[in-house]
Parts: sequence; C-alpha cells; structure tokens
Amino acid sequence: MSEKTPIDIVRASREDRFLARDIIAGLITDFQELHGDRAQGDDPAIIGGVGLLGEQPVTVIAINRGAEIAEKLQTRNGSPEASGYRKALRLMQQADRFNRPIITFINTPGAFPGKTAEEGGVGQAIAESILQSMSFKVPMIAVIYGEGGSGGALALATSNRVWMFEHAIYAMLSPEGFASILFKDAKRADEAAALLGLTPQELLTAHVVDRVIPEMDNHTAFYEQLRLDLKNEIADLQKLSTTELIAQRQQRFAQFS
Amino acid sequence: MTQLFENNPDKFKHTAPADARTRGQKGDWVTCAFCGAQQYKEELGEFLVCGVCGYGFRLGAAQRANMMTDSFTEWHADIEMTTPDFTGYAEKLTRAQAATGLKEAVLTGEAVIEHQRTALAIMDAGFMMGSLGAKTGAKLVALFDDATANDLPVILFSASGGARMQEGIRSLMQLANVSAAIARHREAGLVYIVVLTDPTMGGVTASFAMQGDIILSEPHALVGFAGRRVIEQTIHETLPKDFQRAEHMQASGFIDAIVARPELQHYLGQLLRVHQAPKEDAHV
Ligand SMILES: [Zn+2]
Repeated sequence: MSEKTPIDIVRASREDRFLARDIIAGLITDFQELHGDRAQGDDPAIIGGVGLLGEQPVTVIAINRGAEIAEKLQTRNGSPEASGYRKALRLMQQADRFNRPIITFINTPGAFPGKTAEEGGVGQAIAESILQSMSFKVPMIAVIYGEGGSGGALALATSNRVWMFEHAIYAMLSPEGFASILFKDAKRADEAAALLGLTPQELLTAHVVDRVIPEMDNHTAFYEQLRLDLKNEIADLQKLSTTELIAQRQQRFAQFS
Repeated sequence: MTQLFENNPDKFKHTAPADARTRGQKGDWVTCAFCGAQQYKEELGEFLVCGVCGYGFRLGAAQRANMMTDSFTEWHADIEMTTPDFTGYAEKLTRAQAATGLKEAVLTGEAVIEHQRTALAIMDAGFMMGSLGAKTGAKLVALFDDATANDLPVILFSASGGARMQEGIRSLMQLANVSAAIARHREAGLVYIVVLTDPTMGGVTASFAMQGDIILSEPHALVGFAGRRVIEQTIHETLPKDFQRAEHMQASGFIDAIVARPELQHYLGQLLRVHQAPKEDAHV
C-alpha cells in the first residue's frame, strides 16, 4: 500500500493531516460534546460525546492534539492526563448503560509525563480503562489516526476491532525513546523505527490491527467511505450476543501470549 | 479445603542463589537504596529491612515466597514460548535465568497464608528488571484463569520497570491480555490483592498493579507510570525526593495501606479471612 520507510511513516503520523474535531464532524451528525470527568476537571486532550453514525446512536471519544499552537499547548500535543482518561471511561460506562456502540479515535505520543499526571494517578486511570473495557456489553471499535503511543493509546484501544490509518503508527515506545535506550542516541530513531514494527502493514501481519484504512486527499470522500465501513462493522458486531462480543474482545488480546 | 495443606508445612524450596543479590558489593556491608544508610547485613534482620528508614531491600521471587507464605507450590513452570529474534535478547534471558533461577520474570503458584489457600504471583526485579514479556503475560493469564477455575483469590507482588523493550508491541499487548484474565476473575466474585514493591513502573502500573480490589505497598517503594528523568525533561522541574514513592502515592489516594514487611504476611492473612465468603456447605 505504501512504499514509505518506517521513519517516513513515523513523520507522516505526526503531520496533523487529520484533526480530531474534523474527523468527528466528517463522520458524525448531531454530535454533542460531553465534558468533564465528574471528579476534578475536563482535559481538553480528550474530546467525547454522543451523536449519530447514519441512523445509529454512538459514543465517540477522540484524543485531540489541537489545531493551532494555543490548543496544542492546552492539550499538551494530545497527551492526556489522568482526568482525560477518567472522562473517557465515564463516557464509555455511559455508552454501556445505554447500549451505544463506542468508537475511539487515537492520536497521541503517549500519556503526559508530568507531575500532575503522576499525582493524579495516570497509570491507575489507564489501568481502569483497560480493565473495564474488557467487560462492556457494546461493540467497540478503535481507530488510530496518527500516533498510537504506548499505554496512553492502548487505554482507548482495547476494542473488538482496531483499525489504523495508512500513515499511522502504533508502538510501545517512540522510536526516539527506543533509540536512546538501545543505542544511547535518540538521533538514531530511523533505525529504531525499523526495529519496532510500528507500521500499519507490520501490525496487520502481527494481528495487532484488523484493518488499514487507505487515506485520500479528498476528505469528503474519505469520511464517506469510513462512515460506511464503521456502520457495516458495527452492524456485524451487533449480530453477536453479549457473551460472544465480550469473549471476542478478550480473545483478541489472548493471541499475543 | 485448607485441610489439604495444614499437614503439609513444607516450605517451598528453591535452588536459586537469590540471597546473593542482597549481599551487595562490600561484603557484609549493604547500602539502603532509599536512604543511603550503610549497615551490616545481619542488622537488616530476617526480613531484610533498613534499620534507619524501614525500606525493604529487593528480594528474589523464591526468597519472597519463603518469607511470605506457610507453603508454596509452583504452577506453570513449563510454559514455553518462542522468543522474538532480537539482537542480544537470548543472551540477556539466559543471564537473567542463571542469576535468578527463574525461567521468567514472574513466579506463579498456589500458596497457603495463615491456613488459607490463595493463588500467588511474585515478580522479580532481578530478572530483566521485572519487565513484561509475552511469557510473563501468559503466566499471569494462566494464574488468574486457574484461580478463577479453582475459586481462589489472587495475591500479586509487583516489581517491574515496565514493558520489555525486546518484545515491542507484543509486550504492550500483555497489558490488555492480563487485564482480560483479571476481568474474568473479578466477574467470578473473587478478590485480587496487589502488593506494590520497589520498583513498580510503566505498563505494569498502567495495568495489573493498579487493578487490585485492594492495593498495598511496601514502605518507600517507587510506584509510577513515567520515569523521573523523562518527567523532569518534559516539565523542566526538579522533582522532590518523595515523588513517586509509596507514601506520596498513598497521600494522592492510590494505595490502601503501606505495610512493613514483618507485618505483611499477617496483614494478607487478615484480608484473605475477610474475603472468605461464608458458603452454605462450608464446614468451618
Ligand atoms: Zn534506609
């Protein structure tokens, strides 16, 4: 699909070709944003709400990197704090209660490595999101549309289906971080990127993702196709019983051991 | 059920030279990794606790099984798995196995603590820094699933630097894999107790170390998600000494109790008793 090298795809994944709010606007009608974690705040790095995918009510949660500098600073370039993951979990619980499928859109270098994030228990917030996701009774689809960085991405990707855009990546560590551990030199990120197996094609082969979504310059056509694909996939997942749906999600991750 | 084991007080025996790791470089002198106090090793006592600050010196998994249980029987010792072909990984594994006497970074099995059966997992920071590989995950999944099938609680001693670099995305997937097994155990109404030990970081904190119904910690254990150096570089601040230590994490609301090592076995025994739901056919 793509003749780009792994580091080319890493660079492309960070280019902001797709923005969280544009994706939501392109796919969802009557989207209503719902704010806050009901405990301490409202992290702008996570956008969540309800709307319609065609006729189908859905809950949508997206990691938001922001459109311009001011918003990028606010969202820490799409690095959620604990509060952001708790907002996401609250909206997933709500979706589960009202039998609404959950679609997550992921683009993050990782959870924010900061003092308030640690004191807010960002690790615990991710852990809780992953654990509860294993028991939700509704179809869940995750779409990685840029960077899928480590546990901060996985927190929203423990779903029945995991899809990726053609120029997205998914890894347990950034190539720069991997290079600084492996070679003691963050500048050798290109070599590290090749070793991490982070490209969509490699991840498809490894069954980490189920589908790679070809990107198009014409975003209107692109969103139309993606909306159709999501609708069909949700309809297929809705044919499963609750037990089957939960078992399929859990089994999806059992294949890696 | 406990009667099966009351007449079998044999302690778990292990051939690993785990003890050697606490001996330190200076012969009989050891330095506390938390407060820096130097003392004779004998002064640490049988629980290997710093006489100045109460920090528990790092333990090998077998050593901890001996210290914390009445008896221990290993499970899943023979789970085998292909290792990814990553430069130097096979050698690192061989070295870790020789140093710890373990095949993987976690020891799993069944234990008796104050006459109560429990499934038990003990991670070993001496084994590639307790990092989470596919086989580590597979052993934990097997432990939780067998505990669920046998109606047993699970106690887990965490010790890990996080994901295992050499296994890439497969390592990350273990966070979800183990969490699914914990969800099944939870669904069966069984209790899961975590004891955080030094250090518990990264992906392990972002999954099973923080998913316990009850989360205990040893004093001064380092507990966090991101590493201190990465945080300091990101926010351009020097972090206080107690940052990411158990006491600070407890004050932030993430730890139920910090329990000194000599009291830990009894504390766990009490918790297991509280969670033994009276059953109609029980002969207590
Ligand atoms: Zn000390």
